This record gives sequence, structure tokens and C-alpha cells, in this order.
Amino acid sequence: MGKVVVVTSGKGGVGKTTSTAALGAALATFGQNVVVVDFDVGLRNLDLVMGAERRVVYDLINVVQGIAKLPQALIRDKRIDTLSLLPASQTHDKDALTEKGVARVIADLRRKFDWVICDSPAGIERGATLAMRHADIAIVVANPEVSSVRDSDRIIGLLDAKTVKAEKGERIEKHLLIARYDAARALRDEMMTIEDILEILSIPLLGVIPESLEVLHASNIGSPVTLSNTSSAPARAYMDAAKRLKGETVAMTIPSDKKGLLDRLFGRRAA
Amino acid sequence: MNFGFFRRRGPASVARERLQVLLAHERNFCGKPDLIAVLRDEILAVIAKHVTMEPDNVQIKMDRGDSVTMLKIDVEISTSSSTAVVLRETRRSTRAGSGASVRPCKSSR
Repeated sequence: MGKVVVVTSGKGGVGKTTSTAALGAALATFGQNVVVVDFDVGLRNLDLVMGAERRVVYDLINVVQGIAKLPQALIRDKRIDTLSLLPASQTHDKDALTEKGVARVIADLRRKFDWVICDSPAGIERGATLAMRHADIAIVVANPEVSSVRDSDRIIGLLDAKTVKAEKGERIEKHLLIARYDAARALRDEMMTIEDILEILSIPLLGVIPESLEVLHASNIGSPVTLSNTSSAPARAYMDAAKRLKGETVAMTIPSDKKGLLDRLFGRRAA
Repeated sequence: MNFGFFRRRGPASVARERLQVLLAHERNFCGKPDLIAVLRDEILAVIAKHVTMEPDNVQIKMDRGDSVTMLKIDVEISTSSSTAVVLRETRRSTRAGSGASVRPCKSSR
């Protein structure tokens, strides 16, 4: 039986979709059987970030409503054959997701895959609560910024209250993924440090993704950043995070894009 | 607890401290997620039972300090003779370890 992971944050634009794609692809490159599921009904984007937007025929809602069978809706990645995508619907709205239907689809996916990674919509409404409902593990994505950290705190509260695991009195495994981190700014006390955020949210750290131009580049070309440039700083950070998710012990570092001395000195001007 | 004394007080330290204060409150209040809204509605319902008032003439303010939270509710009650009387209720709560207990302490007027 596979593990169900929800990638969530409360706040929008912090990197949920990027992280879902990058972690899913990373786990798939390790030979795991992975499906990434877009729960952002009406505002789907995971297909675009994965580069599969032209291959969407059926979607999550169709499967939930029984119009399509699960295998018809799953899109196999062209780069890695152990990676699949279940897209969200662009036309329906989130009310089309029924609690029962979602439970059935997640149970089916759990049987088929090692990892079911659910990309949650922003907010704390129905779409977000359904995305987290059946999760064994939650990855809370936060940026080192006050509104994101506050929303993460709220989401952590919801995870402890509204998930099936929580309702059964079990503990849902929660991990923090800090994205868009700028170590230099944190050093100058312009940005909250990792320690600051951990002290406030007090859940274990899964990884730190440095701010990087590579992330935009990857989404431009429709590839998870862990596939587009495997040696880039965010790719290495996501790879490490994926290994930790698998249970491996990997020393916590914040990868940086390698720069020569001249780049360091003149980097800003040259850019 | 934190090393504020030794740290430069840059904007990130300010952010951290603001968040710590805010979330300490939200978590306490979050045991009852909308405690403020519940208090507001119940207090107003009690007043509305006895006097007529316009919902627009109600001001609710909260001021969260480090150790004390002030909830101020100003209700303007229209009297038959079109002059307005302001009833002010002040609620104070001391923030003790777990859960914010709201108990009446002082009421002016």
C-alpha cells in the first residue's frame, strides 16, 4: 500500500505545485512508483508545470463522478515511466468533488502506486480540506515571510483536526519545506532564518529550497526542476528532501548554485 | 528564550517577534477558532434583547499586549429621544499558560 502525501500551505504562491512536481519526479527517479494528483479544481496548473497540458483528456472529477476509469485519466510522464499525473478539472468547480468519491479514488491510487502526492489548492476551504483528508504525511510549504508562516500555522492546526488520521486519534506525520530561502539575506537579518521558522511552527524540517532562477526556468519549459537541471541548487535540495521523505538520513544543507570568486564579487552587476 | 539581546534588531527579528506574539494568541483563541466573533454575537444578542440598536453602531476593538488582551465593545444605543448613549463594555483577559480566559475585570460607565 502506497503512502498518501499532501503538499499544502494555506497561502497561495509559495511553491506547492513546484514542490509537488519536483518531489514526485525525484521519487520517481529513485525507482519509486509515483502519481501526482492535482486537487486545484478550476485552477489546475500541475499539468502545465509537468509539461503534460496537451495530453489531458479526463481528470480527477471525471474519475470521482465515474465518467472515466482511473487508468484513462492517468497521464504517464514521457521522461520517467514510473511517474504519472492525475490532472484536476479546469471547468468544474470544487463542489464537484465528493467526499466519498475522493476517498475511493485515493484508495485506488494507494493500491497502484508507492506514493500518491496530492497538490492542495491554496486556502482552507473544501478543496484544501479534501486534499489533506486522506493523507498519511503532510508537507507544509512555507516561505520565510510573515503571512506564509502564519497561514502554515493555521494549516498545521487543520491537519491535526480535519484529517482521517487525526479523527481516528492517530498522528498525521507533518514536515516543513521552506521554499524561496535566501541564506545571504537571512544572515543580514533581512529574512527570517530557518531556526526562526522552526521555532515558531515546531514541526520537523524536510528541506530548504533556495531561491533560484532555475525554478522559473523549469516551469517555463514544463519540467519538474528535479528533471530540468539536476545539478541546480533547487534540484539538489528537492532530491535531498525526497530522500528524507523516503526515510533516508541526509545531512541538512542549503545547496547553492556554484559560483566562482569573480561571480561572487561581480555577480550582482553581471546579472 | 530567544537571543534577542544578542541579535541585531533587523526586520527579520521584528517579523519573528510579531509572529510569535500573534500565533501565541491565535493558537489560544484557536482552541475556539472564532472566540472573538462568538463573544461579539452573544454579547450583542443579549443587548439586543432589551434595547434596539443598529448593527452599524457597534465598534469592536481588540488590543493584544504581551500579557493582557483587551476586548472593547462600544454599542451605541439609540434612545427614543434620538440622543445616543454609549455603553462601553471592557473585558480583560490575562493570558495564563493555556487558553485565554476572558473574565470581566472592570467596566467603565
